[in-house]
Amino acid sequence: MKKTLSILLALVLAMGLLAGCDGGGKKTENNGDDIAPNSVTAEAQGEQPGDDDFLPADQVKVGFITLHDENSTYDLNFINAAKAACENLGISEDNYLIRTNIPEGQECYDTACDLADAGCNIIFADSFGHEDFMIQAAKEFPDVQFCHATGTKAHTEGLPNYHNAFASIYEGRYLAGVAAGMKLNEMIENGDIKEDEAKIGYVGAFTYAEVISGYTSFFLGARSICPSATMEVTFTGSWYDETAEKEGANTLIHDGCVLISQHADSMGAPTACETAGVPNVSYNGSTVSACPNTFIVSSRIDWTPYYEYAISAVAAGEEIDVDYTGTISTESVVLTEVNEQAAAPGTAEKIAEVRQQLIDEQVYVFDTSKFTVDGKTLDSYMADVDTDANFEGDTEVISDGYFHESEYRSAPYFDLRIDGITLKDEKF
Amino acid sequence: MSKRKALTWYQAWGIRLIAIVAALVVCAVITSLTTGLNPIEVYATMFAGAFGTTRRMWILGKEVAILLCISLALTPAFRMRFWNLGGEGQILIGALGTAACMIVLGDTLPNVILIPVSIIAAIGCGAVWALIPALCKAKWNTNETLFTLMMNYVATQLVAYYVIVWEVPKGSGKIGIINQSTEAGWLPVIAGNRYLLNILCVAIMTIGMYIYLTYSKHGYEISVVGESVATARYVGIKVGWTIIRTLMLSGAICGFTGYLLVAGTDHTLTTTLAGGQGFTAVMVAWLAKFNPLGMVLSSLLLIFLGRGAGEIATAFSLNQSFGDILTGVILFFIIGSEFFISYKLHFRGSGHKDKDVPETSPNSVTSGTSDGQDSENSKEKREDSANV
Repeated sequence: MKKTLSILLALVLAMGLLAGCDGGGKKTENNGDDIAPNSVTAEAQGEQPGDDDFLPADQVKVGFITLHDENSTYDLNFINAAKAACENLGISEDNYLIRTNIPEGQECYDTACDLADAGCNIIFADSFGHEDFMIQAAKEFPDVQFCHATGTKAHTEGLPNYHNAFASIYEGRYLAGVAAGMKLNEMIENGDIKEDEAKIGYVGAFTYAEVISGYTSFFLGARSICPSATMEVTFTGSWYDETAEKEGANTLIHDGCVLISQHADSMGAPTACETAGVPNVSYNGSTVSACPNTFIVSSRIDWTPYYEYAISAVAAGEEIDVDYTGTISTESVVLTEVNEQAAAPGTAEKIAEVRQQLIDEQVYVFDTSKFTVDGKTLDSYMADVDTDANFEGDTEVISDGYFHESEYRSAPYFDLRIDGITLKDEKF
Repeated sequence: MSKRKALTWYQAWGIRLIAIVAALVVCAVITSLTTGLNPIEVYATMFAGAFGTTRRMWILGKEVAILLCISLALTPAFRMRFWNLGGEGQILIGALGTAACMIVLGDTLPNVILIPVSIIAAIGCGAVWALIPALCKAKWNTNETLFTLMMNYVATQLVAYYVIVWEVPKGSGKIGIINQSTEAGWLPVIAGNRYLLNILCVAIMTIGMYIYLTYSKHGYEISVVGESVATARYVGIKVGWTIIRTLMLSGAICGFTGYLLVAGTDHTLTTTLAGGQGFTAVMVAWLAKFNPLGMVLSSLLLIFLGRGAGEIATAFSLNQSFGDILTGVILFFIIGSEFFISYKLHFRGSGHKDKDVPETSPNSVTSGTSDGQDSENSKEKREDSANV
């Protein structure tokens, strides 16, 4: 037993040495054909010292942690942004490490620490459930910056090297809602539906603030164009469950919804719409190739600006925002191309017009004069901004006539149940 | 083909070594053909991924400990030919018991009391989860494979339910780290390393299980029931009671694994906490022929391959599936080598005829349980037999 082991060990060590000898070559593009020099040995060679006190941007070493790999649309969005940001900043492939398929458990802590060991100056994680484990790692490596997308705890944790980020995706949802409203109006004009039949269906994951904020802003966008619009929402209890999302969409269509949108990561709802011939407003990216007849437009978060901002801040030795909220103006919130085949005429122009109004702050998504809760207009609301076990409101978020979403922390906290939206299935 | 007489240990290990070398060669060919990478670099990267730094060694140790612990749990049942495929569910239910104690009692009990209470809860939950199929097997001779398998789904759904009950913040579907600020119910960090205690616990259990199975009366009864129920009855062993007792032990250890995961390392509860290891452990146990000491090696091998595969994915921007293909090939050769240890091949003219393949042939059972074995393997199989 021992003998075999020692022979094996010796063999592998010998291989390691061999590999070490031919290391140090230049890193070529990894398109599958070239022989890529081993990054392990390259890591050990250290970086050239910069001329200044701070690191040149292209010498920052960056680590990325993702929940799944590129087969998930959610993670693909992060992976693409990571690669784009590193390329834009001139960071070579040796200097950024992407760890995929990291579950929301101790593995996340282990991986974050491992990346820090490997010399990363800044480490990003992409999934909500990674947060606590990133915090744990951040406490252990005070000199490394830890950035967590979609998390909620940075502003209460008080760690100088732990940061949250999100984007004002509600603005993107609002614009997508405008496209939906245009489509509803077109259907009413064509006589396909009556005015009071303009019901939107929405497939959500959980009754989580991020989802509530998403469908509410989408609905407000649609209603700003089609005043008679109503909405019905169902929840699947999972961020990714193709069957449940498909079933959810079918149930909504059966209930008389004439347009569907979703906040869940699979192709379930879009394909159900394509089969039923019901227009769909998508999320996370274009689904036009699979749904050429029903896809209208999609909103998504582009993480590239945040990655570039945070990495540049590390390079310059500057502090990273505790909570960073990317906006339409920073190009963090983007819409895909409008699919002319399914969208109402003039949709793209209308989106551009409203987009400008949002940027100029002529229009606010959560304008309190535009919605009611239990028949009343709100002039005050305490939102649960600080995450703790008792879900109580702790921060006043309504002032100047609108709900200040993603200002007191980056992750959404809009959780009002406004009139005009019925929730079908609130158990999640 | 004929059954061999027992080989000396060095002959057996010689065959295994040849299999590993052959596997590495085949993997090297696949690597250079499909990716164009230098296979030696890939192997070096795998090795670095598993052993490269002190931290990686500890992570490896922690993961080996957990996988080994589950394998230890399954072994007594397997020796009895009771196919406990419910490890996954028994772990989850043990984890649920632990998490319940930590969340509900975390503020009221000091750690000195909370930790034993959680351990008892975890062990009890796991034991009950295994007891249900065992009772039905002993009373009505139900199919334990299906029964334990289905209990996994029940456990997963129960955990899913309680995750929603205890979620923070509301609606997120995540519990997060339990008692992160107070560390109530957490296993203490000893000698400055947070994984050492887990590893020690499992090391002690490994030796204990070895002694229990090899030297105790219970261990003997388990073997007899496994060989032949009729014989066991004849010599006066209470078969029903042996099944129930052994399964409760099996479930209790699985429950304890759940405890180690929640209180020792992860400090959270998710439906994917066990991560399929309840099934991987089946292969670990088979590879080691149900010898607890051998399982140290087989679990080390599997975890090494897994960690190495992850490192390849990062270092060469390959999908993790590529590492899994290599893992599948290596496992195939290792499992296949057991065939050559048990059987001798005779070429045409030597006069021998095939003999029966015993039903416990590790080749036939394990190949179905390893997840990495896909079409790649059947190709290898053909090459393999062609070489012979």
